[in-house]
Order: sequence, then structure tokens, then C-alpha cells
Amino acid sequence: MKNVIKGLGAALLCTTMLVSAASAETIRWARASDALTLDPHSQNQGVTHNFAHHIYETLVDRDVEGNLQARLALSWELKADDPTTWVFKLREGVTFHDGAPFTAEDVVFSLDRARSEKSNMRQLHADVDQVTAVDDYTVEVKMKGPSPLYPNNLTNTFIMDKTWSEANNVVEVQDYAAGEDNYAVRNTNGTGPYKLQSREVDVRSVLTLNENHWAEEKPAVTEIVYLPITDAATRVAALLSGEVDIVQDVPVQDIDRLSGTAGIKIETGPENRVIYFGYRFGEEPLKSSNVTDANPFNDPRVREAMELAIDRDAIRQVVMRGQSIPTGVANPPFVNGWTEELDAYPAVDLDRAKALLAEAGYPDGFTVTLDTPNNRYVNDEAISQAVVGMLGRIGIQVTLASRPVAQHSPLVTANETDFYLLGWGVPTFDSAYVFNDLVHTKDGDYGAYNGGLYSNPELDEKIRSLGVETDLDKRNATIAEIWQVVKEDRVLLPIHNQVLAYAMKDSITLPVHPENQPLMTSVQFNN
Amino acid sequence: MLAFIIRRLAQSVLVMLFVALIAFVIFRYVGDPITSMVGVETRLEDQEIMRDRLGLNDPVVVQFARFIGNALQGEFGISYRLQQPVTELILSRLPATLELAVASALIALVFGVVLGVFTALRPKSFLTAGIMAASLVGVSLPTFLIGIGLIYVFAVELGWLPSFGRGEVVDLGWWRTGLLTESGLKSLILPAITLSLFQLTLIMRLVRAEMLEVLRTEYIRFARARGLSQRAINFGHALKNTMVPVITITGLQLGSVIAFAIVTETVFQWPGVGSLFITSVQVVDVPVMAAYLMFIALVFVLINLIVDILYYVVDPRLRVDGGAGN
Amino acid sequence: MSMTETTPPPPATPPAPPRPEGPLRRFLDSDIFYSWKRSPVTILATVTALTLILIAVLAPWIAPYDPFNPASLNLMDGFTPPASQGPFSDNWFLMGADNQGRDVLSTIMYGSRVSLFVGFMATLFAMTMGVGLGLTAGYNGGMIDAIIMRIADIQLSFPAILIALLIFGVARGLIPANQQESMAIWVLILAIGLSNWAQFARTVRGATMVEREKDYVSAARIMGVHPVLILLRHILPNVLGPVLVIGTIGLALAIIEEATLSFLGVGVPPTQPSLGTLIRIGQQYLFSGEWWILFFPAVTLILLALSVNLLGDWLRDALNPKLR
Repeated sequence: MKNVIKGLGAALLCTTMLVSAASAETIRWARASDALTLDPHSQNQGVTHNFAHHIYETLVDRDVEGNLQARLALSWELKADDPTTWVFKLREGVTFHDGAPFTAEDVVFSLDRARSEKSNMRQLHADVDQVTAVDDYTVEVKMKGPSPLYPNNLTNTFIMDKTWSEANNVVEVQDYAAGEDNYAVRNTNGTGPYKLQSREVDVRSVLTLNENHWAEEKPAVTEIVYLPITDAATRVAALLSGEVDIVQDVPVQDIDRLSGTAGIKIETGPENRVIYFGYRFGEEPLKSSNVTDANPFNDPRVREAMELAIDRDAIRQVVMRGQSIPTGVANPPFVNGWTEELDAYPAVDLDRAKALLAEAGYPDGFTVTLDTPNNRYVNDEAISQAVVGMLGRIGIQVTLASRPVAQHSPLVTANETDFYLLGWGVPTFDSAYVFNDLVHTKDGDYGAYNGGLYSNPELDEKIRSLGVETDLDKRNATIAEIWQVVKEDRVLLPIHNQVLAYAMKDSITLPVHPENQPLMTSVQFNN
Repeated sequence: MLAFIIRRLAQSVLVMLFVALIAFVIFRYVGDPITSMVGVETRLEDQEIMRDRLGLNDPVVVQFARFIGNALQGEFGISYRLQQPVTELILSRLPATLELAVASALIALVFGVVLGVFTALRPKSFLTAGIMAASLVGVSLPTFLIGIGLIYVFAVELGWLPSFGRGEVVDLGWWRTGLLTESGLKSLILPAITLSLFQLTLIMRLVRAEMLEVLRTEYIRFARARGLSQRAINFGHALKNTMVPVITITGLQLGSVIAFAIVTETVFQWPGVGSLFITSVQVVDVPVMAAYLMFIALVFVLINLIVDILYYVVDPRLRVDGGAGN
Repeated sequence: MSMTETTPPPPATPPAPPRPEGPLRRFLDSDIFYSWKRSPVTILATVTALTLILIAVLAPWIAPYDPFNPASLNLMDGFTPPASQGPFSDNWFLMGADNQGRDVLSTIMYGSRVSLFVGFMATLFAMTMGVGLGLTAGYNGGMIDAIIMRIADIQLSFPAILIALLIFGVARGLIPANQQESMAIWVLILAIGLSNWAQFARTVRGATMVEREKDYVSAARIMGVHPVLILLRHILPNVLGPVLVIGTIGLALAIIEEATLSFLGVGVPPTQPSLGTLIRIGQQYLFSGEWWILFFPAVTLILLALSVNLLGDWLRDALNPKLR
């Protein structure tokens, strides 16, 4: 009994101390979901990376414009006499949270760990042949062939301390099947600007400032309280009632109300993610259509009619409340290969659309099922619902099938859907990433998300050439050629680029990050 | 006595096995755990490797046998989503749910009894009609609407109470409680009220019905004839007689409250096992869902077992033929 | 409610109710009707429930728009506030328009139809199953009784919503992806029905066990009447009262359960919404000022559930003379 009281007292003391430590430098940061794990190589997922970026660091990362910038690496270039080897010069005088110095050995260890079999990051390093330390602050990465864009793949590969990992038996990424509870899932030792102080999964995590961080300018935020709040209304309510300072995932419909509320402001900016519809190519009849002897989508006139029937501006204005950038190409403006001409989209023309449908042999339209996720992208279900109405006006009767993303994405990857909505982010900021997965014929490493089974051997060849072409001008010309065909063929039906909105107290400024990975180090207090 | 308990225990084990089978079969076939574990960014061949690693490619029978074997050791594997042992996860979430469930059961019991007694003693009163009507409104309102309404009024418009979470918690080592801090107690109010309303109406109606019945009995008439004061009759005799069924029902309903907390916990972002379950359903986190079902079944079986044994002890008639049926 | 006469001024006093002979006459003279007449709340509840049901049934003929026909919608009408334009303009939305430009009033009419359909069918299903199993258990006793009632016990201890979630999950796993939408409403009915049968079974079993011991049943049995006939002809009519009460309250519960499931995102598709789906959609606009998208469906749901509950409540009291 006595012990219990003692423990209680200590615990109470603890909380009081916590309360008194909370000052203007504490940021209470709310998001829709929690990081899946703290092991930096075990999940390739945006929210997890975003959280990890505060504790761990990468060799390079992106600024708010999307440009590569130095982090733990000071410079990176191809070796003068060898176009297949990248040389990274490392930052000196960096220490991990436990005081151990950061050296080339740690980089070699971390890259090897990231490309090990159990790592979820390995695909990004699939072309790596060997990683070696030249000296304490130089690392060479030998590629299997020319890989002119490899540094773009490094923006989410975090560097761990070799000694710490060995001491805590986390040299390997967690093995689910063995039922291991890996130390690195709940403990951290990074070089980042914040240290993990406490963590209750799905409830709250507290990060405190790393006083020994290498950056000269100390961040304004000294403590981060990270609060995952799943329900959108609850999240907004928490900000309105002053229980949190920043809400990262703001529902578009609440932007007006929030920015009209005294003491709250909204930051918006484009995300590097395009929302598009895909449909089934090929002669085989659709599974969900009343047309049983042909595939209407395979007729280019039908695809054109659909594009003419969809009012992207109305979707922007009503469904997205102005928070989207309508587009005519499935490629965000951040990405190498985007042009204004590609981005243009036709005006709505229902008469022409109906005429095209009639020409294609469907004067009365046809039926089809549209599969949509309902918890992945901003207002995904509502966008699909609006498109159902728009296609209905030219006679295409669409049944809407709405599912959580866990049930939706297997339909796309297993090619079990006739017509679907998907969003695509481009972490490498290069068109090849889009072509490889969405346009190339489904085959081995390629076309993983080519849910409509589009296939064009001529394009495939060009797409594969992008991976090894070292002449950047020539490469860009090929990219332009590919986009031309993709747009003419209407391989995908793009709707818009997503816009991100962060809501915060107006004493704070946090700019929107194009990959939705804002760092609390970039928070400024205005007073 | 011993035979009775053994028979009951055997039945309980059967029930648990039955639930285990359901838990396993159902969740093995809902959604694809791999897709829920990883982001869209993960490559397909990596997904195939993980599928193998998790044993999802083994025959179903093998998977079920493995499931039962592990369950017996309190071992439900690693959460796909959080990569932590499921048993540990559930235990760490349990205090939040139990505090919420007990708080709302207390609210339901206290207000239910008070209102039930009042409406029974003053059947003609205007207030009684009002309370009875309000109780029906309470049952007719979906829980999630009540929660949203309370948040809107008390957290957003008035700003009196927190809208989500548990507030500051104190870690006692084996139990993380929100009852020792001001923000913790404040956070408890709205969810506890939301969760209690349904049970409150239930208890109120039960108390009222039982009271009305008891007040009509010869025994009360006799007490009245003896000249006992109205107060003594109402509370000393009538209420006392109604309390046994009321407390039994409240106890039996506790399991139900814990499970029903799913909706309340979702609306208030209460970090208990219910919200863990819903999140797990959404991302098809099989081990957590299976473990949760087993946990609820265990709570139910234990409560029923205790009630059965208590009845057996209290009511000698059951001892003659204690079995099921005749 | 209906306008049968075309005479312009409505009569100041309602015409005396017709007094035909036969079953109706007997009903009008019965205790139950007497207790109904004496309770203004119950009369009000009956009128409300019947009105809502009538509106739902007649929705295709009386709703100003057809919200289930996507081709008739104009997205640009989205978020039009209630009655913001004159009643004779092209897009007059008495209760406003929702996020897809659907008339909220029409959507509620059609949505109540879905909710009521699911509620009635699920209750009917639960009733048939529960009564059947209850009769079997109560009449046979022994092992069959033990098994059925044990399962009922398990089921009763889990909240219906959890069981419905499970059943919904199983069904989703078993039905091929391209048929899930067309099957959704039946899956919902099955899920809600299966999660509510135990109440019926328990009540009917109790009543059956009492009836079984009575002389007329023993007599019938000795005469060699088939057990099914005994159950249907002699025992069933005697347990109908409580079944009716549970059924009425069950209907209200089923409607709320459907709403909760739809709120949790496992209900009918948003293009053919029920009241619960409408509330789920409307809840997203709680803070943005478009209150009508949430408010009107919520009020309708509450009115519906409340009036049916009141009827059930009254029915219980009316059939249980001890409480009168």
C-alpha cells in the first residue's frame, strides 16, 4: 500500500512537471493517423516517414519547393571516371542522440539494412550493387548500371547508428512471422533535431529538442506533442476548442469556417499527388457492364466522350471547395516532364460526348461499376459520386462501389476492377516513376498499378530506356514523347492535383510541404 | 456443487472455442492484411515476401491450429499495423476502456435508480411523463449522434470540456489512469455520459417496473397497514427488494458496455480497446481483431460464470436440478 | 391525412368514425383500442409513424426530385441552403441541397424508404428465425433447447452492432467484389436480422414451455396431432402478444442499428443512401455551416425511431394488464 502511494506521488509529481514545462515552445500537432512504427526501414509509408524525419535523418531530403537539399550528405555526384558510382561526402561533427559520432560506417550499415530482404525500402535501392566507405566521411554507392537519378530515391532512407543497432540486436529489420518484438520499433537513436521522450501508440508521442543537433539555427519548437485523431470532425473540434495547435489533415469543407475563426489560420499549397480514373483496356468484355460482346472503354471515342462529360471545374468548386488544381495530365506540376500544354483539359461538351458515344455504337450508353476508395484521398468518395452523376448525363449508368483503401487497392493491383479511382504521388519527382507503374505493360517489376492493363510495346521500350539514359536532354525528349502518346490515347483520365491544407493557431506559421511531410523545425512563432 | 461448476466450466470452454473459430475464420477472409499493413508505395514483390513470412500462404487448417495453440498461451502474435505484441497492446488499452465502462455504469446505476424510483412513486406526475418521454428519446437517438451533439455543444461552442482523448494520464506502472488529473477527469465526462444513456434508460425502466410490482404486493400493503412511514416503506422495503435484479442486470451488462464502447470510443477518440478494434477492422489487422473478440468472449464467460455460481449459492432451488432445460 | 373530398372548406369537426360490423367492430370495442384512444401521446406517435411510412412508400410519386437517378443531378446545385429560392423556380430546395446537389427533402423521402425497408425486412427475418427457434427449443426441451439457448445467450451478451459488423465482414469476404454493391442491402438485412433473433427466441421459448404443460396441448398431443401443427395452431397464437411488442421495439432498434452501421461506413452505397448514410455524409459538414445536410435526416431518424418506440412501449403496457 505504502509503495502504491509513493508511486502515485512520484507519478503526480511527474505530471506536474510536465505541465510546467509546457510553454510557448510546445507544439501540439494533430494528424489523422499515427506512425506505423519507429523502425525507419520497416514501412514505406508517408505518415511513418514524416514522423521519423524528426528523429532520424536522411542523406538528402526535399525543401518546400521540392528541390533536393543536403542533410547528412554535404554533396553527391557521379564518380568522374565511372557513371555507375555515386560518391557522397558526409557532414562532419554530427552525433547520434546517445552521443556516438556519425561516420561513413553508419551510412554503409543503414543503406545495407534498407536494402536487406526484410526491409520495406529495398525497391528504392534495387539497382544498388555495393555500398562502401572510402574514408570516415566519404561513401561510394556502386550501381548495377547507370542510375542518373538515384539520389532522388534517398529522401526517406534514414541513417541509423551501427553500434547501437548491434548492441540492441536490431541489425535486421523486424521479422513479423517470428513474432519478434523488435527493439527499434519502439526505441530510437537518430541524429535528428528531436529525441523521442515518450510514446503511446495511437494516442500521443512526445518529442523534445536535441540540444546537440548539428544545425546552427535552433528550431523555435522545443517540444512536440504528436496526437493522432482519426475522426475528421473531432480533429477540427480539437483545434476549435484550443486543444491542439496544428491540424495537418483538414477537411476541405471546414477551411472556410476555420479561417473565419479568430485565432486560427490556414496554410494551403499543392501536393505532389494527382487524382485520376483508370479503366479497362483490351477486347475482353467488362465484368460489370450490360455490354457483353465488347469492351466499350477500348473504343477511343468512348474515352473521349467520358473526358468531355466530366466537369473538372465543378468538382473543384463544389466537391473540393476550390481546394484542387484541375489537370489534363496524370502528372503533378512538381514532376520532371510536366508541361502546361499537357496540363490543359477540354471544356465540357455534352452534345459532342453523346455524339461520340453514338458513333461508337452506344447511343443509349451502357452500365458499369466504378470502384472507389473512401478513406484515402481528399473527398475521394464524393469525387467518384460526382463523376457518376456527370457520366449519367450522357447515358453511362455507373454503379458506385465504395470501400476502405485496404479493400480497394487489391482490386486495382489484381486487375479485378473495370473502372476505378486512384491517386498517385511521385516521390522521385520524375515522370519515369509514373510510367513504370501506371503506363508500362504489367510485367514483373513494371506496371504494378496498371489496373486497366493498358499495353503499348512501343511505349514500353521507351519507358525502359529512361532508366539507363545518362544524357538528360535526350531523356527529357523521350519523356515528352511518351506523355504525348499517353495523353492522346487517354490511358488515364486525370481529374486534379490535390491541394493540402494545414490549420493552425495564428501565432504559428508552418508552410505546406509538397509531399505532405512538414517538419516542425520549420515552424515559426509570429509574436 | 463441484459437478455444477465443472459442467459450467466445460460449457464456457466450448463457448470460447466456438468464438475462437469464428474469430479466426471471419477475419482470415476479410480484406487483405498485407495491403493494410503497407502503403501504396510498397512494391508488389515485397508484399509477396511479407505474405510468405506471415504464413498467410499456409493451408487454413494449419493457420487455425497455430492460432489456437498460441491463444492458449495468451499469445495472439504481432499486430500487423503496429508491430507490437497484441496481448500487450490490449492490456495497455484496457485501463482506458475499463475506467470509461465503470464510470458510465455508475452514472447509469445512480441516475437510473433515482429516476426509476421517482417515476414509480409519482406515476401521475407531470415530471414522470417528461422523464419517461425523455428516456424514449434517449433510446431513439443513435449513440454517435449523442456524442457528436455533446462535443459540439460542450467542447466547441461552450468550450467547457475537452473534445477528445483522455487528457493527462498518470502511469502507476501496471495501470495508466486518467482519474488522478483534472484534465483526465474532465475528459471522462462526455464519453461516460454518452455511453451511459442507453443503460440508464434500461435500468430506470427496470427499477420502475420492479417498484410498481413490489408496491402492489401484499407485503407492502401489510407494511402500510402496520403504519410504517411512507419513506420507510419505499426505501426500506420496496427499493431493497428491487435491487437484486437491478444489480444483477447491471453486472451482466458490464460486458456489454465494454463492447458497446466501440462507437463512443470512436467518436471521442478514447484510447481504449474499442477504438483499437475499429481501427483494426478498418485496416484488417487480423491478430488484434481476433484477440479482441476472444477478450470480449472471455469477459462475458467470466461474468456469466460468476453470476451462475452466485445464483447457485443464493438460491437453493437451483441445486435440485441445476442443469439446462429440464 | 388524405384528401378524399374536394369540398373546399375542411369540416370543422372530423366526421364520426364508421361503425361497420365484424372484426373491425370487435377491434374498436376492445381494451386495446380503448387504451390507445386514451393516450394522446400514442395517437400522436401512430400518426407520425404512419405518416413517415406513407411518405417513404409513396416517395417515387410525391418527392419533388429523384435523387437516386444520378443523371438528374447538377453538381453545381451542391450546398444550396434551404428554401433559398422561390417555390416556383427550377431548383427549389425546401430543405436545401446536399454535397452532390441532391434535394435533401427528396433524399430523406427515398432514404427513409431504404431505412424502413432494411428495418422491416431485418425484423421480419429476426422474428421468423427467433420464433421458429424459440418454439423448437421450448417445445422439445433437452439437448436442442440447451444448444439453442446457449447460442442465444452468447449472442445476447454481445452488442448487436458488434455481431452485425462481424456478419457484414464475413459476407463481404464471401461475395465477389463486383456484386457487393447490389448485395449490400441484403447483407445489411441479414446482418441486422441475425443479430436480433435471440430476444424473440428467448421470449417465445419461455411462453412455449408454459403453454406446453397446459391441458389442451396435452390433449392435442394425445390425439396425435403433428407437433408442427400444435406449435403453429395452438402455441403460436398465445405467444404473439409479446412477439409483437419485441417486434415493434426491434424495428426501432433495427433502424438505429442500420444508421450506426452506415455511420461506421459499412452500410448501403452513398448513391442510394439510407438515413444513416445521410447522417454520415452530413456529419462532415457540421462545422462548415451546412447544417441542413445533417439536421433534417437526423430529425427524421429520431422521429421515426421515437414514434415506433412509443408504439412498442404502449403496446407492451396495453398487453400487460398488470402495469395498467
